[in-house]
Amino acid sequence: MQLVALISVLFVGGLVAWLAEGSNRDWPKWISLITILLSAVLMIPLFSLEPTSVPLGAATSQWLLVYEVPWIPRFGISFLLGLDGLTLLMVALTLFLGLVALASSWNEIDHQPGFFQFNLMWTLAGVTGVFVALDLFLFFFFWEVMLIPMYFLIAIWGHENKAYASMKFFLFTQISGLFMLLSILVLVFVAADLTGNFTFNYFDLVGLNLDPDIAWWLMLGFFVAFVVKLPGFPFHTWLPDAHTQAPTAASVLLAGILLKTGAYGLIRFTVPLFPEAAMEIAHVAMLLGAIGVVYGAVLAFAQDDFKRLVAYSSVSHMGFVLIGIFAWRELTLQGSVMQMVAHGLSTAALFMIAGALQHRLHTRDVSKMGGLWKDMPRMGAIAMFFIVASLGMPGLGNFVGEFLILMGTFQVDVPITVFASLGLIVAAVYSLVAMQRVFQGAPTADRNLQDFDSREVATMVLMMLGLVYLGVHPQPVFDMVEPTLTSLYQLTGPVHEWVGAAR
Amino acid sequence: MNELIWLIPLAPLISFTIMFATQGKLGKTPVAILGVGSVGLSALIVFSIVFTWLNSGPQAPYVQTITSWINVGGFNPQISFHLDGLSLTMMSVITGVGFLIHVYSSLFMEDDEDYSRFFSYMNLFVCAMLILVLADNLLLLYLGWEGVGLCSYLLVGFWHEDPNNGAAARKAFVVTRIGDTAMALGLFLLFMHLGTLQIQPMLEAATQTWVTGDSIPTIAALLLLGGAVGKSAQLPLQTWLPDAMAGPTPVSALIHAATMVTAGVYLIARTHELYLLAPTVQTAVAVVGLATLLMAAFTALTQTDIKRILAYSTISQIGYMFLALGVGAWASGIFHLMTHAFFKALLFLGAGAVIYSLHHEHNIFKMGGLRKKLPVAFWSFLIGSAALTALPLTSGFYSKDEILLAAYEVNPLFWAGGLLGAFLTSVYSFRLVFVVFFGEAKTEPSAPAGPRMAVPLSILCVFSIIGGWFHIPVDAVFPVVTESHHDQTIAIITPLVPIIGVILAYLMFLRKSLDFTSLLESSIGSNLRKFFFSHWAMDWLYDKVFVVPYKTIARINQSDIVDMVYEGIANITSIFHYLTSSTQTGQLRWYAFSMAAGLVFILAIMLGII
Repeated sequence: MQLVALISVLFVGGLVAWLAEGSNRDWPKWISLITILLSAVLMIPLFSLEPTSVPLGAATSQWLLVYEVPWIPRFGISFLLGLDGLTLLMVALTLFLGLVALASSWNEIDHQPGFFQFNLMWTLAGVTGVFVALDLFLFFFFWEVMLIPMYFLIAIWGHENKAYASMKFFLFTQISGLFMLLSILVLVFVAADLTGNFTFNYFDLVGLNLDPDIAWWLMLGFFVAFVVKLPGFPFHTWLPDAHTQAPTAASVLLAGILLKTGAYGLIRFTVPLFPEAAMEIAHVAMLLGAIGVVYGAVLAFAQDDFKRLVAYSSVSHMGFVLIGIFAWRELTLQGSVMQMVAHGLSTAALFMIAGALQHRLHTRDVSKMGGLWKDMPRMGAIAMFFIVASLGMPGLGNFVGEFLILMGTFQVDVPITVFASLGLIVAAVYSLVAMQRVFQGAPTADRNLQDFDSREVATMVLMMLGLVYLGVHPQPVFDMVEPTLTSLYQLTGPVHEWVGAAR
Repeated sequence: MNELIWLIPLAPLISFTIMFATQGKLGKTPVAILGVGSVGLSALIVFSIVFTWLNSGPQAPYVQTITSWINVGGFNPQISFHLDGLSLTMMSVITGVGFLIHVYSSLFMEDDEDYSRFFSYMNLFVCAMLILVLADNLLLLYLGWEGVGLCSYLLVGFWHEDPNNGAAARKAFVVTRIGDTAMALGLFLLFMHLGTLQIQPMLEAATQTWVTGDSIPTIAALLLLGGAVGKSAQLPLQTWLPDAMAGPTPVSALIHAATMVTAGVYLIARTHELYLLAPTVQTAVAVVGLATLLMAAFTALTQTDIKRILAYSTISQIGYMFLALGVGAWASGIFHLMTHAFFKALLFLGAGAVIYSLHHEHNIFKMGGLRKKLPVAFWSFLIGSAALTALPLTSGFYSKDEILLAAYEVNPLFWAGGLLGAFLTSVYSFRLVFVVFFGEAKTEPSAPAGPRMAVPLSILCVFSIIGGWFHIPVDAVFPVVTESHHDQTIAIITPLVPIIGVILAYLMFLRKSLDFTSLLESSIGSNLRKFFFSHWAMDWLYDKVFVVPYKTIARINQSDIVDMVYEGIANITSIFHYLTSSTQTGQLRWYAFSMAAGLVFILAIMLGII
């Protein structure tokens, strides 16, 4: 019930914010703030829940909450929501970055502020739904819900080339989503043949004895949808355009959490539903991940548009996640989850900085920047922090993620690890060059710029503290997702021999 | 006092945090007190431990676990510190020399508007280096390792308004990161086979699991060596260090003496059991050291920038340390690390005093006759150069002599190469002294530096002389070296060679009775000189092989070739769109015609004509 309330608050809050625009143009953002805070309050009791065991295929999975009411019983569709450690972490990240997105757009939106907040809240609701839905039909429903408001955010409040970018975003996600829908439907029919039971229920669909050929194609449908979202090479090209054109708040949400739904889907659905088939594609997936790491970093180096640069750096960082998931070791999966959270924070912050720069300079072209540290020392120091975090400095969260992924993958595939490790070097190159081009050097013009104000500094400090915390004390996060991952190994155990334990 | 070791790295870290959080709002006096005081506090703790050791003899290793860091899948590194003779020696150097450099900086940087930012970075630097040497496991060591790299980046590029400084800073970070990445792979390999990165258990497991010459320890040692040559500026990753001169002079002193470049030497010494299992790699360490020390010495001979001469001399001296490690003279390597820290800090701070008084003049040939005007700087340079040259009775003499004699035991060629290096060292060091401080005055210096600069210099002068009599407490750390009886002639020749070098420098640069101008002006001579000057064209080579191709590829692919596939699909779709939409002309006769044509076509098929 708490989960329904959580999602409903976001949906309703969005509607109210839209309606409130008619009364006062300042109200919508305050309503959004209240909405997010309210859902955060609703979340607090969830952290103290005790897990209960639910059989999942051959394994036992630990759930903090499972909520089910029949929806369309005729087709075996139910309103099935579940919460475990992984979900809780992701939802917490969603709400936190929702707050960041709101803060970053606080004074930025003049055009239709109510509808803007509506879309913001509905994106959050959709993402939250994606994380908690355990009925495949419902999951797909939320998958679409999160897409459409995001499309509007880019198409309406975007920059000069917004029509192109939003359409590209929509098509990539929609077409890949269709593959997933097809896979879901075929899976349900095949499962009905096997068990005589027509159902979209995750718990019933995991652990089926599928025909390997069919399983392979079904797995591919899920795989493509999630890898496009991630985004994995070579399906990443929607991301730079979408990010560049999106308003700051949308960029924060896109990079911070929408990409993570792809990684989440791989962990939650692709591998558990089709372990053998996923095993077959694991090597290719890791290779795509490693290529993404290096390719994204090289592309980031070449960009002149600051937001494009950060977007390609996301491609690079999410490549690590893809490697980590398909190496399927405790080390790499924990590393992937950590990387998801840390990248969420660091990239959201970098996009917020990009947005702040665009707001002040009316350009994203780094060749027109330079020497901004002089004008805005606070922003410069903060940007340096996040640049350093994103290039993987030990002591900050991103390092923990990348290091665990690489260390675990080394036990699985040495060449891929070595190749992906090159990413550590090229990441340093593009990050530091970007720092130079934007903040260092001599000021190119006599600008009178406003440094970060207290609202912006406060938001940034929260994210900085978060990254330091993840870097020096990541164990609570590991402990939180450990039960989820353990049940998944049990499930896939025979396929992926897990040798994480020390010899 | 051992219980307080957690405070040693923490004190400068707290100071950094305060300065970072206040973003320059503190006044200069509080900043100086905080910045210098925090390192002073660390030094105080370190030296009180040193006194305990002096009074009651070497103590057993002490391990302090602060907290668990990560515990995932059998990987369980902790935030814990390991205090033994080696880490104590390193900490004494870092905090002792580091403290003097901080005191000196408080005056040297006084006019800089970013005083607080400077001290925050310096403090973080010291903190990272202390974590590096105290770390009980390789992951925590790696944290310090990367932290040191970051701080060198921040400090080399401290005056970031000049893009050249930024480029030098990035070069320092990226080049060392290449080594770091090799090192990370080494950690992965070690963890995969030994199941832990906890240094002592890991090394124990290594000696139990493997026998000498096995391939896994060889690869692992080689990967760690990759990290070491990056941080310690050895072949082939030494190119960043000369450019790192772009930072303020105290930064150079800190990088070259107390922190950073000694990290690689420390790493190899710390994991020496691994190198004993991989004799090939250990020999490679010696060869790398020897090659680097000779290359850098030849380059130092041709430089004209006072700081670059010192930079190449550092590369060369670290080469000696690598040579020592490579021939198994572990303790001598660390001993030379310590004496080098004294005299190199002295030389850099002395150079800073010269530059300070000459309004940022770096070219030694525009200086001259400064002996009278800048007596403190002069004595600093004289003593520092004597120690660098390893003249008898100076600290450098004892450490370098040990290394060369140990090298002779392993391979006389190592000894001969090292001796050639020592000869070159004496020539370039005293070339610097004679050109800058003797002869006719070419510039008028402003007032010499105040006591906050003079006192640290004097203290370092003393240590550069008496440092050779210190006994570093590393006997328990390294395997016992059997006392060998040296060949008497070798033992006599070794200290004589530098003296010949000094005499030669005297004749060439002061008396000018030896004149090689014609030789140097000849085409071979000048080309060779240019070649040495460019440090054997390594920058040029790397630029052509790595930098330019990388930039070119990135530029060509700026708009992402993968996207062209999708653009192609989109374009084909729109071509079909135009083709089909062009049939919709809105003209009745065209529709009538196409209907009739379609009808005929279908009829033809049905009747089997087509």
